[in-house]
Amino acid sequence: MPEPFYEPDAAVEAVAAAGAGGATDFAVDGGRTPRKTPEGGPQGTGPVGPDPSAASGERARSLWSDAWRDLRGNPVFIVSGLVIAFLVVISVWPSLIASGNPLQCDLARAQQGSQPGHPFGFNGQGCDVYTRTVYGARTSVTVGVCATLGVALLGSVLGGLAGFFGGAWDALLSRVTDVFFGIPVVLGGLVFLSVVTSTTVWPVIGFIVLLGWPQIARIARGSVITVKQNDYVQAARALGASNARMLLRHVTPNAVAPVIVVATIALGTYISLEATLSYLGVGLKPPTVSWGIDLSAASPYVRNAPHMLLWPAGALAVTVLAFIMLGDAVRDALDPKLR
Amino acid sequence: MTATPGTPDASPVLLDVRDLHVEFRTRDGAARAVNGVTYSVAEGETLAVLGESGSGKSVTAQAVMGILDVPPGRITGGEIRFQGRDLLTLKEDERRKVRGREMAMIFQDALSSLNPVLSVGEQLGEMFVVHRGMSRKDARNKAVELMDRVRIPAARERVGQYPHQFSGGMRQRIMIAMALALEPALIIADEPTTALDVTVQAQVMDLLADLRRELAMGLILITHDLGVVADVADKIAVMYAGRIVESAPVHDIYKAPAHPYTKGLLESIPRLDQKGQELYAIKGLPPNLLRIPPGCAFHPRCPLARDVCRTDEPPLYDVPDGRGSACHFWQETLHG
Repeated sequence: MPEPFYEPDAAVEAVAAAGAGGATDFAVDGGRTPRKTPEGGPQGTGPVGPDPSAASGERARSLWSDAWRDLRGNPVFIVSGLVIAFLVVISVWPSLIASGNPLQCDLARAQQGSQPGHPFGFNGQGCDVYTRTVYGARTSVTVGVCATLGVALLGSVLGGLAGFFGGAWDALLSRVTDVFFGIPVVLGGLVFLSVVTSTTVWPVIGFIVLLGWPQIARIARGSVITVKQNDYVQAARALGASNARMLLRHVTPNAVAPVIVVATIALGTYISLEATLSYLGVGLKPPTVSWGIDLSAASPYVRNAPHMLLWPAGALAVTVLAFIMLGDAVRDALDPKLR
Repeated sequence: MTATPGTPDASPVLLDVRDLHVEFRTRDGAARAVNGVTYSVAEGETLAVLGESGSGKSVTAQAVMGILDVPPGRITGGEIRFQGRDLLTLKEDERRKVRGREMAMIFQDALSSLNPVLSVGEQLGEMFVVHRGMSRKDARNKAVELMDRVRIPAARERVGQYPHQFSGGMRQRIMIAMALALEPALIIADEPTTALDVTVQAQVMDLLADLRRELAMGLILITHDLGVVADVADKIAVMYAGRIVESAPVHDIYKAPAHPYTKGLLESIPRLDQKGQELYAIKGLPPNLLRIPPGCAFHPRCPLARDVCRTDEPPLYDVPDGRGSACHFWQETLHG
């Protein structure tokens, strides 16, 4: 397993220094310090041979290239990555695999089961369940990705700045995040979204960003505070770097990994949150095609026509699972402690 | 009463720290980390600041550099004059321009002092990008030049590598290269060799001393290792509980310390001719900075302590040959 931060020989040197540092031989006799260096030893020029790590011929590695190599070999990442790639493709071009129109319904065929050309059957309004399930992916992916981007951006900027500068803003932000953590998500959704009449996905995304950013802000704040205390940030400061440069070049690249991990896992939960809100009737509204809406419409008929519920529910479960698995794989790759 | 150690030649004073006080706010009250430190460094001179952990030597350096964590730290008094300017009155923006360009710092642990996600070339080059507005390509060439200068073999091949791919000694050379990049007038090295293997320690110290001579810089060498000091320093300031307790030209102090604490430090160095004997250690522990003992801070551990030491804080007495000692009984110590 590649070690991104520590070389074994560095540890050995540290131990050697700790053991030998006190024993540097020195006599108070003539005020001179005979320091023991082997005659003709490599004094001054240092070891001439290249380091072992350089000799093995590997290219310069960073945390990110290590993480990428780790991910490529992880079956969890490959499977979830393929599922997500497929979801993204059908969200952009749903007509690739579904030729019908999700809004074209025929009441005469309501609740009918699987039949040629309509593998998943029809729903209560006589719409094709297969087409609606495929088109539902677009909504879920859009909400998930946009909400995550918004949450990550807002949360990491606010949390990062609070962590870096500390002081009153930090105290204020911490209290504000406490307030937001106190709001139950579903109750908040019922209150906020029930007054919204728009049928687009944006109010739902906005609501998720509003309630989601404190989680990322806390992670980013903690991460920035940890990184800020590192000697290299102090060193950069001692060598004249400005706050902006320290923050962008030294703190952010070292503090961003936990944010990425949490955001990836959160993406899955945002998709299920959208479905939950839509199921309750406060999230997305028809004619938007959403798995949550379909689940809600199908649930009264689950005994007679379970296919109407099972297909969108299955799609939702697979999507959420894929994102959470991806998040797990990314966490394993980015967390040096697990190496 | 304030005796500054004699400067061997009359070079102009580069850095003059006067009566500096630094406190740290803690839950249990103010920890007085630095209590009236006074020292000066002339151009091209090397001052070694010696002391145990917690004696305030690093905090003084951080105050000089302007990288003290504020809060909890706070400079409560004194002045720091650098090339005639009082640094404590400068605005943060002006202060930042002094850092790196006119004074630079080398830290103890080079591994943690280098950013793990940037290659060493990028970090070295950053000095030129930030302060000189150089292009990335020129900065990279300068980085190779610097790595050659600190005698890193195969600099051109290794400039794109990351800190973890270098050995401890090589990393410390890179830190030195970063500090020297803009040829500052003053370098502060905070225990630059403590984290290194003994043989590597010698190489790094020699390199630092050579480069200091070449560039005629002032150097403040912070250390707790008396062995490191003797070859390199011109004068020594010994710190205890945030004060300078003894200051002297380097060789005088080894011959005849004028403060019991210095004497204790010298006696606690293991010697080859003492094989089999018990090692000497100064009794007791360094004082808690929240409750520094009244009078002389060293009196609870001092073999010479008398009543006056428990009540009166000794000033830094003038000792012949441009030395100073903050001991009421310096004569006794010096000649006894």
